[in-house]
Amino acid sequence: MKEGFLVTSVKDVIRWGQKNSLWPMSFGTACCGIEIMALLGPRFDLARFGAEASRFTPRQSDLLIVAGRVSIKMMPVLQRIYEQMPEPKWVISMGACASSGGVFNTYTLVQGVDQFIPVDVYVPGCPPRPEALIDAVMEIQQIIDQGDVTIAQFKAFAKTRNPAPGQPLLQVERGPRG
Amino acid sequence: MNETPALALQSEFPDIVRGVARQSGAREQWRVDVSKDGVLPVLTYAKTRLGYCYLADITAVDYLSMPNPPEHRFAVVYVLRSREVAEPLVIRALVPENDAVVESVTPLWDAADWLEREVFDLFGITFHHHPNLIRILMPENFDAHPLRKDFPTEGVGYRDDFPIVTR
Repeated sequence: MKEGFLVTSVKDVIRWGQKNSLWPMSFGTACCGIEIMALLGPRFDLARFGAEASRFTPRQSDLLIVAGRVSIKMMPVLQRIYEQMPEPKWVISMGACASSGGVFNTYTLVQGVDQFIPVDVYVPGCPPRPEALIDAVMEIQQIIDQGDVTIAQFKAFAKTRNPAPGQPLLQVERGPRG
Repeated sequence: MNETPALALQSEFPDIVRGVARQSGAREQWRVDVSKDGVLPVLTYAKTRLGYCYLADITAVDYLSMPNPPEHRFAVVYVLRSREVAEPLVIRALVPENDAVVESVTPLWDAADWLEREVFDLFGITFHHHPNLIRILMPENFDAHPLRKDFPTEGVGYRDDFPIVTR
């Protein structure tokens, strides 16, 4: 065997790819969103962790960052965004408001988004420094590295993207006018 | 127009204007108390004859559990501004709880549309002849008026009432 080979398992390669190319979808509804802007900028530079491709559409993202207050009118929107994200996906609850309602113990504010959507990592602070969010992203990378579920999720995801021969990639229902 | 606008309103509408007060302190301005049926004629006069052409705000007050409450529970407050004088003119209409209906001022200012919807949403005061009186801030299925003083600050369970999305 010639030189230049590296022997590993498919599982490890997939995990390595996933954790170093997180695409965040930032759901910024308050001042935490400003910190995310700083995080993506050159000073804190999330690109060092491969997570600079912020898409602002849930369909191309795998990391949801809930940053800021979520009101009772916004919670159905957040749930819909979470459900639109393809598997596998992870969620960061950023700041006091998203994690617990913060100082806003009022009738309009959801007291912690983890009551209604799954959350992997919480970030304390009001708002958290960008360094704290970098720490949370590294925590997500560790979760991906140690996780078992991601392989099953990846297979399910790959099945939807690789249909059987002869089948169109995307099934689109057409109306009577074509 | 040498007369003070508030006193001009009082002499023009003696049956409608209940009282005129000079508010002191940081918000030094005239306040005109009117009966709730006289809102539209008073505001029409203030806009067309006194030069208060700009509607700055419409808001409301709930005097429940105030130490010295006025005769009715609610008040709708109109803040008008003029190009001639820097001082705003405040017109207050007291509204009873069992008949919380005020004539809409959308014929005078289109800006009143959303302001009156906000007052309706948060205080439950309805505006007669409003073109589209539906909630503006709270969700459509909300059936309370949260800025009323007898509404609990923590709400009545809407913030805990969502389906739970699992992995």
